[in-house]
Parts: sequence; C-alpha cells; structure tokens
Amino acid sequence: MSYGKKDLISIRDLTKSDMLYFLETAKEFKKISLKDIKKVPTLRGKTVINLFYEPSTRTKASFEIAQKRLSADSLNIVISQSSVTKGETLSDTVLNLESMKPDAFVVRHYDSGAPYLVSRITNAVTINAGDGINEHPTQCLLDIMTILENKKDINSLKVAIIGDIYHSRVARSDIYGLLKFGANIYLYGPYTLLPKFIEVENNVKVAKSMEEALKDADVIIMLRIQKERMSLNFIPSIEEYRSFFKLTKDLMFLARKDAIVLHPGPVNRDTEISGEIMNSNRSVILKQVENGIAVRMACLYILLGSRSKTI
Amino acid sequence: MRKLLIKNGVVIDPVSKTEVNRDIYIEDGVIKNTAGTKRGISGKDTEVIDASNLLVLPGFIDMHVHLREPGFEYKETIQSGMESAIAGGFTSVCCMPNTNPVNDNKEINTFIINKAKAAGLINLWTIGAISKNNGGVRLSNIAELKESGAVAVSDDGKPVEDSSLMAKALLYAKTFDMPVISHSEDIKLRSKGIMNEGVISLRLGVHGIPRVAEEIAIFRDIRLAGYYNAKIHIAHISTKGSVNIVRQAKKAGINVSAETCPHYFSLTEEALLQYNTNAKINPPLRTKDDINSIKEGLADGTIDVIASDHAPHSEDEKNTTLDEAPFGIIGLETSLALTLRLFHEKTVSMMDIAMLMSLNPAKILNLKGRGGIQNGFTGDITIVDSDKKWFYRKENIKSLSKNSPFIGENFRGKALYTIVGGKVFKL
Ligand SMILES: [Zn+2]
Repeated sequence: MSYGKKDLISIRDLTKSDMLYFLETAKEFKKISLKDIKKVPTLRGKTVINLFYEPSTRTKASFEIAQKRLSADSLNIVISQSSVTKGETLSDTVLNLESMKPDAFVVRHYDSGAPYLVSRITNAVTINAGDGINEHPTQCLLDIMTILENKKDINSLKVAIIGDIYHSRVARSDIYGLLKFGANIYLYGPYTLLPKFIEVENNVKVAKSMEEALKDADVIIMLRIQKERMSLNFIPSIEEYRSFFKLTKDLMFLARKDAIVLHPGPVNRDTEISGEIMNSNRSVILKQVENGIAVRMACLYILLGSRSKTI
Repeated sequence: MRKLLIKNGVVIDPVSKTEVNRDIYIEDGVIKNTAGTKRGISGKDTEVIDASNLLVLPGFIDMHVHLREPGFEYKETIQSGMESAIAGGFTSVCCMPNTNPVNDNKEINTFIINKAKAAGLINLWTIGAISKNNGGVRLSNIAELKESGAVAVSDDGKPVEDSSLMAKALLYAKTFDMPVISHSEDIKLRSKGIMNEGVISLRLGVHGIPRVAEEIAIFRDIRLAGYYNAKIHIAHISTKGSVNIVRQAKKAGINVSAETCPHYFSLTEEALLQYNTNAKINPPLRTKDDINSIKEGLADGTIDVIASDHAPHSEDEKNTTLDEAPFGIIGLETSLALTLRLFHEKTVSMMDIAMLMSLNPAKILNLKGRGGIQNGFTGDITIVDSDKKWFYRKENIKSLSKNSPFIGENFRGKALYTIVGGKVFKL
C-alpha cells in the first residue's frame, strides 16, 4: 500500500483504502508506544514545524509526542490570535519558516482552509491539525481506529453524532470518513447547531430526538458544547443544554448493549456527557487519546518517510 | 361521575366536517357516543341541556390574549380574564408572555399555570417568551418553557427585530416542535406612529404607522420560516398586503399559519376620529379595502385563526392623548359576536367559524383532543344562539378593563353556555 499525496488536509481526499493504510500503519506504531523504549529513529533528521494559531492542549501534545517518538526535530510556533492582528500574515509567516527548509508543517488555524494556503506556499508536507469549523482529519482517523478496535466492521453500523455539529471540525471529518466505511450516520443536537445542508450526504440523517439518534446505535460520538455558543443564540443556556442534550445512563439503554461512546475532548463532564458514562467501560475516550499518538505517528511516517524507510 | 347530555342541538364538528342535529353526551369531562345514537342516557344524575334551535360548537380557543398577571393586576388578573373569556364563549385561552416579570422561565410559567388551575374555570395555556425578558437579545430557555407547560413562544407586543435571533428561534423551537408566533412589525419604521398612516392620521395630525411596517416584517418572518423549513404563526394580520403575502406563501408550500382579530374586519381607521384612544391598537385599524381583503382571507382559508388580542388597559391609562395612551383593546366578550356578523352577511359559514375559533388554533398549538366534537375528545363545548340580540354595555363587561371601541353596539348572536370539560357555565 502507499499514499500518493503530499499533504493530509481533508479526509475527503482519502479513499477508504488510504485510510486503512494509515490505520494499519498506526497499529504498528501503537506497539511501539507500549514498549519500554518508545523511540524509533525513523524520522531522524526531519524537521517538523507545529504551527498553532489556536490554543490546543491535546492535539498539540499528541503531535509532539508522535514526532519525538519518531526522532524528528520539532519546532513549536504558537501564535495567539491577538498578536496576529499586529503581526505578519499567515503566508508571510510560512514563507519565512519555509526558508528554514522544514520537512513538514502541522497546522492548526482558526480559519477554515488555512492549511490549503500553507500547502500552496510550501514544498513541505502539510498536515491539518484542525482548521476553523472545517476539518480535523487525524481526529477522524483516530476515531475510526478506536471504533475498529471495538467493532469488526463499520459498514452499516449506526453512528450517532450528538451536539454542536455546526461548529465541529471533528464531526465534519468523522462524517466524511465514516461514510466511506459505509456507516449510517444520525445527527442530533439543537437544530441551530446542525449545518443546514448536511443531509445532502447519503446516509446522513438528522434525527428528530435524542431517542431517535440513540436507538440501537453502535457508536455514539458526543461533541463538546462551548459556553460561547450562547452569545450568538445557538443555545439559550448551558443549563438547558444539559437538560436536553446530555448523554445520560438512561439514554444509553436505547443504544445497543455493546455501543461505545467517543468524545474528541476536552469533555465538559456532566454537561454533554454524564460522568457516570465517562467512567464506565462504554467510554473509549481515553483509548482515543492513546490512538491519537499512533495515528499521528503513522501520518508523519507515511507523509515524510515511507518512501525511503521502513519501520 | 359527572354526566352531561346536550340534546337536540345542531352539532358542528370541524374534524368530521359535519353539521347535524344530534345529542352529545359528556361523561367525566370526555365526549362519548357522538355517532348520532340517541341513547337517551338520562337519569337524575345526568345534567341535561336542551339545545333546540341552538348551535353546538367545539369550545372556542382564543390563542392570543393578554392576561396581565403577574405585574399589572389592575388591568386584568388571570381570574378576571378567564371570567371574561367564559362570558365570550371561550373554553380555552392562550396568554401572551409580556407580563411583569415576563414569562420567559419555568417559575413564572408554572406560577401562571397553577394560578389558572386554582381558579378552576377554563383552560389556560401559556405562551412563553422567545427572548429573555422579551428583550430581543438572548433566546429564552424554550425547551424548559415547553417542558413546564407552554404551548408556543412569542415576544408578542414586540417584534423580534434581529433576523439572526428570529432564525435561531425558529430552528431552536423546531428542535422541540414548539410553535413560534410572530408579532411581525418593523418597529423602527413604526417609529412614533400611533395609528394607520393615511388620510385620517393626516387629518388628525398624528404620526402614522405605514402598512409596510407590518408587511415587511411578515415577509421576513415567512421567508425565514421557508428557508429554515420551520413552522411559523403570524399574529394579528391587518392589511391587504399581509393577506396577499400569506396567501402566496401558503401556495409556495411554506408552513405558515395566520391570525387576524375581529377589529380588523369590523372597524376602520375612522374609529380613531375624535382621538378615540379605545381604538388605538397595534397593528392599527386600517381601511375598508383592508377589511375586504381580511374577509377574503378568512373565506378562502388564507387566514386560519380569529383571535381577540384581548389587551386590557385601565380607564386612567386610556383617558389621555392618543399619543400617550397604550396600544390595545379588550376583545374576549365581543370576539364571537363580531365574527357572527361575518356569518350573517354570509362571508363565512358556521363550519368556518368552528375552524377559525377552535380546530385551527388547536392544531397550530398541538392541543390534542380539542377543537372538535369527537368521541374521546375533551368535553369543551360552546353553545351558541346565532340570533340572540344583545347590547354591549360597559357595566356588563366582565373584564377588569373596559377599553373597547364596541361599547354601545347592538349585536346578533351570543354564546349561551360555555362548557369546559363537561362543567357548565350558563350565560
Ligand atoms: Zn402583537
């Protein structure tokens, strides 16, 4: 197997077999993470720039660890939104960094499509670590990896994605990725938080209730709700959100007995998901974090190193 | 067990679209044996009403009233408002949230509902606020309002000025299948206006309200509902243009319903001559041409509902200049009589009235088991004598407020019994 493209920006650019290739590779790297010495020399001499225009704890840490375990040299550039207004443009920043001859950019940006701009400027590999409300392809890959560790096949599984779909790049990447695996996707949340044209995708259905979304679900992906959504009236209050959109133990009974619960984090415990469920064996949220490192190692390996080296 | 037999009336049921002479039996508040079987259920424990020469209609529902409690009990209380409703033949009223405090949360909502239950008169359904404090800025907890008993949301009295907020309200309410009722008005265009902008406002030398202030806003709200595939109910339409906009929207398949009030097909702007503050309403009384269009809209089904927009204000408040007086008139006790004028002039049929004043409001607000005379439906019935002549005297008004431009008029047609869940109020 191989992957012919320079970048990983949208999950829609990947075929199902591309994704399987990333996941097979990730599986191998997961083994490394379980070893006593977790470092391999695979990407020695490669320089990766983590260019983060948005605060991120989890994704940034995950990419950094992945780079360290592959022996790449990383450089973290964190630019707060406020300093951008006074400072240089994204393209100037990338052009400057480009002259330092990096091998890859890992880009997190508050604007949708920013990684495409980076990719057009640089010859280096561009990996999208989350752009605006658009996509988060590595999160999709790690979600699918986590699902496949629990389910034999994703084809015709019922996947419920619940919460703020509209602002969620995770939801968008997950939807596009899971559709390629043949999932039946049910979305639910306040209709203010559902993208208007989402049902043009085959096998994506907007449910009329929590119950409809969760009934016989095999996989439940809960999304984070942010307090800021109140200011533009997407929701009236967090209290009401909690009362009507939280995944509770009672609602879990509607799903299949072996249903698993995912959440991209960070979780608002007892707001979008009850603590009880997080603590239960239905939750695979910590597995997602673990698989995140393996998936990001696989991405870096495939995009940077697979043509010349083996694991 | 409470038993009630209504004999020999002409029973008008808009659900089955039938108008036949038959008996109705109500047991424990529920309608039984309506299939025309004259089972002769009677005994000394059965209350009997002889409805010979009378019309038996599903209990009237006024989906747009302002009871002023909490906050303005000197204008109207829940109790007095319900007594006024009974006098007008209404078995149910829906009260708008612009009280003080505004009904934008479950505490106020529960307070109103409990207060109404304690009065034990008629059904009261609450309409919660779209935005917190009717402020037009933040969405209220609409799901919480629904869960605590509200049947719709509206910022009535004020429009939702911000299109984005209206869009969010339509979508958010749709999540919970909660109807949104729009008081459609471009308030900046209304500005200082106090009556219809026209020849009369010119002669009176007062600020006019352009009709387009209503039409623009209705158009916006209907377009929003259409775009977001949501449901919208337009309150109190008053102009020809509004009727046309609603008619076209319905043709285009948009999920819109519309309401008018008796004063919009009964009076013109001329009622404000002599600076009559009891004819100051918002939207304002319009022209003969508008009245004709409203009637057409009622006849062809463009307008779904007749509601009173009962808006009590004290005599002191109305006893001032046209500019200073508050908008609004009372209507619960004249709504039926004014509507029956349309029946007598053959603009609408009795079946139309049953739809406009009972079934359609029940449908729009998802009130199950109401709006028709069907086996198993709640025993809410209004018995009407369509020919009874009466005179509207201020002293006879049940409402705490007397702000009506119809005082001193002769009417033909009246409710004789208001029956709520089998409980009889003889008028
Ligand atoms: Zn209004």
